[in-house]
Amino acid sequence: MITARGRFTYKRKVMEFAELIKTPRVDGVVLHRPFMPTVEGTLCLTGHHLILSSRQDNTEELWLLHSNIDSIEKRFVGSLGTIIVKCKDLRVIQLDIPGMEECLNIASSIEALSTLDSVSLMYPFFYRPMFEVIEDGWNSFRPEDAFKDLESMTDEWRLSEVNKDFSVCPSYPPLVAVPKDVDDDTLRKVATFRHGGRFPVLSYYHKKNGMVMMRAGQPLTGTNGRRCKEDEKLINATLRPGKRGYIIDTRTINVAQQAKARGGGFESEANYPQWRRIHKAIERSNVLQESLIKLVEACNDQSHSMDRWLSKLEASSWQTHVKEILTTACLAAQCIDREGASVLVHGTEGTDSTLQVTSLAQIILDPACRTIRGFQGLVEREWLQAGHPFQQRCAQSAYSNSKPRQEAPVFLLFLDCVWQILRQFPCSFEFSESFLVLLFEHAYASQFGTFLGSSTAERTKLSLPEKTVSLWSWVNRPQELERLTNPLYEANSLVIWPSVAPQSLLLWEGVFLRWNRSSKCLDEAYEEMVHIIEYNKELQNKVNSLRRQLAQLETEDPLLQMT
Amino acid sequence: MEHIRTPKVEQVRLLDRFSNKSTNGTLYLTATHLIFVESSSNNSASAGQEIWILHHHIASVEKLSLTTTGCPLVIQCRNFRVVHFVVQRERDCHDIYSSLLRLLRPVSYEELYAFSYNPKQNDQQREEGWQLIDLGAEFERMGVPCDQWQLTDVNRDFKVCETYPRDLYVPITASKPIIVGSSKFRSKGRFPVLTYFYQEKKAAVCRCSQPLSGFSARCLEDESMLQAISKANHNSRFVYVMDTRPKLNALANRAAGKGYENEDNYSNIRFQFVGIENIHVMRASLQKLLEVIGTRSLSMSDYLVGLESSGWLRHIKAVVDAAIFLTKAVTVEGASVLVHCSDGWDRTAQVCSLGSLLMDPYYRTIKGFMVLIEKDWISFGHKFADRCDQLDGDPKEVSPIFTQFLECVWQLTEQFPQAFEFSEWFLLQIHEHVHSCQYGNFLGNNQRQREELQLRERTHSLWAFLMSEKQNYLNPFYSPAYAEAHPVLAPSTLPYNFKFWRNMYHQFDRSMHPRQSILKTILTLRENSRKAESSLQALESRLQQLGVTPVTTSDPPAPPPTRDQLSNSNTLPPRPDSLILGAPINHKEVQRQEEDGDEQEELGEEAMESTDTERTVEGSSGTESRKQSYGELEGTYNSELAKEEPAVVSLEFGVARMTC
Repeated sequence: MITARGRFTYKRKVMEFAELIKTPRVDGVVLHRPFMPTVEGTLCLTGHHLILSSRQDNTEELWLLHSNIDSIEKRFVGSLGTIIVKCKDLRVIQLDIPGMEECLNIASSIEALSTLDSVSLMYPFFYRPMFEVIEDGWNSFRPEDAFKDLESMTDEWRLSEVNKDFSVCPSYPPLVAVPKDVDDDTLRKVATFRHGGRFPVLSYYHKKNGMVMMRAGQPLTGTNGRRCKEDEKLINATLRPGKRGYIIDTRTINVAQQAKARGGGFESEANYPQWRRIHKAIERSNVLQESLIKLVEACNDQSHSMDRWLSKLEASSWQTHVKEILTTACLAAQCIDREGASVLVHGTEGTDSTLQVTSLAQIILDPACRTIRGFQGLVEREWLQAGHPFQQRCAQSAYSNSKPRQEAPVFLLFLDCVWQILRQFPCSFEFSESFLVLLFEHAYASQFGTFLGSSTAERTKLSLPEKTVSLWSWVNRPQELERLTNPLYEANSLVIWPSVAPQSLLLWEGVFLRWNRSSKCLDEAYEEMVHIIEYNKELQNKVNSLRRQLAQLETEDPLLQMT
Repeated sequence: MEHIRTPKVEQVRLLDRFSNKSTNGTLYLTATHLIFVESSSNNSASAGQEIWILHHHIASVEKLSLTTTGCPLVIQCRNFRVVHFVVQRERDCHDIYSSLLRLLRPVSYEELYAFSYNPKQNDQQREEGWQLIDLGAEFERMGVPCDQWQLTDVNRDFKVCETYPRDLYVPITASKPIIVGSSKFRSKGRFPVLTYFYQEKKAAVCRCSQPLSGFSARCLEDESMLQAISKANHNSRFVYVMDTRPKLNALANRAAGKGYENEDNYSNIRFQFVGIENIHVMRASLQKLLEVIGTRSLSMSDYLVGLESSGWLRHIKAVVDAAIFLTKAVTVEGASVLVHCSDGWDRTAQVCSLGSLLMDPYYRTIKGFMVLIEKDWISFGHKFADRCDQLDGDPKEVSPIFTQFLECVWQLTEQFPQAFEFSEWFLLQIHEHVHSCQYGNFLGNNQRQREELQLRERTHSLWAFLMSEKQNYLNPFYSPAYAEAHPVLAPSTLPYNFKFWRNMYHQFDRSMHPRQSILKTILTLRENSRKAESSLQALESRLQQLGVTPVTTSDPPAPPPTRDQLSNSNTLPPRPDSLILGAPINHKEVQRQEEDGDEQEELGEEAMESTDTERTVEGSSGTESRKQSYGELEGTYNSELAKEEPAVVSLEFGVARMTC
């Protein structure tokens, strides 16, 4: 079982892992999981997994990636040790290990293995797919293919190779869509004026009225009010004659003002007279991480007081963040669809709140993003290729004891917002909630290389497409797709406007209460729903085929119609 | 009609509660309803939207100070509808205001709608409607009378207790002197009687009011009464006495010569407080809740803080916790339980009925739920007239006790989506009619009063009406097999299991609802399947008639497998958290949504196929939001920008159109 999984290619690395594993195997370990029977069995540690299997029937009971472990706690009662394992997917499990030494060894091994610093030691580099890859996910969503779709709608944009060696903007992909009339030299100049070199690029083209959404890093105006004519030219090139556009700054005006002191800033009215700037208040990453930790703590508090629960939920501010992000996304979508105006979105770096807004706005505006494949494309374009630093943001989750560095549940908040819209339009998404949960899990710990690295440049350097398997390769197979499909889906070509009233937004139980309650009753009801839908489909098919048969008979023999 | 000063006012504006939208129309005042008819010039697609408001539903009318655009009139309804009119002329506004003030405060029962409402039924039909629910048969279903419990005629003439029904069930060993003596020792004479019998363990749920114990008084007959209840159950040596009040309240009552049972005086009892607050606390709590959720541009933080400080969900949880305590005592320990509060008609009714619902699957069916309400609420004298403010009475007597009960049931349906035959719509409809005074069932405070009012002869029964519309209230996920496998429900009362019931408290604020409803979709599919089944049959017989074998096998497809067939599949598909979404609709609304579809077409969107599935897809813009100035964009994104639907959708289930 272990050898099947661990056909390690690099002997040196095997040695490294072997040094970390002090006790590879312990018998008589008892596993406790919420709402599941306890299992007694043998605990095995491999370079990447914690495995527990019961000896009776030798079936797999638990395979846990070390990288999924957020933190552990040890407790001893006599010689019986207990390790509480807290996972990044928010699950908490308990292992009772006989023997103090074994327990200490296991604990220190898990700690070491779950905090490996080197990306190249991560499991995706060792994982070999046990399934047939129908389509290589690494090639499924290339910028040039997306651009072909754009070209079929408009000729106002071009695909620039200015960043092909990642020198202009390290966090951008090699190919980006920019206004046709803006040349690469201009782009290079603009890049020096935008945070992280993130010059404005096309994020979304609204087919209905030709309006666009762009995203960028903050302009580096500084305290002196520096300006950049090329920057002004670039974004003005996206405006129709006589039309105005909107700049949505995801920060409050105060935060944006303060950014000037550090060389950042925002577009002044004087230099951008054709643009109207709107400030919103999406929080920065460390605040969000704090919020997640508080929320998860509230959800795990099993005390029975209603007041305590509600006040903890409020104090976590998680729902406030959800509302703020959704509201901003709706605003961007409204500017485009209702006002018929183009929009530029940015915050500070343009890699976090900016992407939440641009991606959610597309969910609202573009029916294609609500399909399984379209949503993958959205995550590719607006998150992976757009340079959201997954490696840093998802290094730790809600249980980590170590001091947070760059961690933040930015992507999880985006998924939560999608889930809110899905709840309000349960028939308009091709995928079900489980797809969102799956993406959450894989963003934090995965056998696939998709979420490793923080930019296309890093992924190229790590040779991820050559050395690892893409999550999309796994997802885009019939059996997986079926599991992720929403049975209620019926294509809806309209713009979908969610309600952002607090009464309309809910706690995402599928993630935050997932391990705190039995979902048996809800699962069974869901199953019933699937059966009702399938039964109806089957009936309709039969009726139609009989109708056809009858109609055919009647055409063959017109006399039949008389009887 | 003499109270109506102005039957019709034109040029009235209806403001949306949560946005800046408004519609123009005409206001009509009839003997029973206030009607707003949207003028057709507004928008061809939404022409003729009508809102019918029954006078009895109006909780308050408020005339705000005159503005430049006219005179504002705010009407709050008991079904949580809030409408805000602006009448152009102050005099018209005043006329409507003063007419309504009189109309919404009827002084005698005869003025209530139920006495004039006529659904075109003959006397026989009406009589049959009243016979639908038979409590004698219900006790028989429980297995009563039996060797330990009997029917007593002691209250035949309402002499012992005038707020109890005529027929009461007591232990065989409780003689008349014991009953009468006990009743004298109980507040309002409400002595311990049987309300539910758990046949499997022969354990009884009994109810009463508080004892008049004061600081030291005791009553031998009352003690014998409890002894008799205890003896009637051989499974347990003791009987639980559940005082549903907080201990402090019970203590305070002692000073007034009332109080609670002293364990030293009663042999074999186990006494327990469960701490549900009184009607005044509940009234204030709901008021606070409605205030919070009625705030415009409410922030998430204020919402959650308000939800907490209103205490509403805490109270709901307290009632469910009490019902679970009762259920466990009866079904697990096999002990009999005596439940009381102060008078035994509010908290006692909540706990007894909710407890019965948890232990007996019958009460989770449509018919059974009617029986449950008839038994624990109507017949045992929950003071509907006072609590729901049917006549102009004491405002301190008004309290949402029954609403809380309905909400507790809704919270359970969220945890057990397959356990209930009815959907949320059934609960909403019952709530609607508890306040409508359109049917006789809930009029008055007790059985004696109802007989005096001759309700059975002069009014119609709600149960018959609901039964005739049963199809509308079915829960498509209901599984009788589930009920069989889970006769007793054991809900979790961890706080996060209690949710805000948006579809009740915002039932008329459509902008807050999910834009697509799973419940509605699945019900439609069910209906389609039924139609398909019959056309399949027709087609097959037609083909056979022609001497042709149908291309497909003549067997219809296998119906959805039952639970047992599924039980061994352990890989469950993913699921959404809640299956019950969306609010009830009537035909009118369906039509509206189809019209919305047209509107979208107008905008050049890809036209929606108007199939008979009635799947409503809502989304794209209404015309007015396109007219928004740039200035308005400065503010936060509001839901007003997010919908094309009319602000208010009539939800009367055809109720309103019956008369006038």
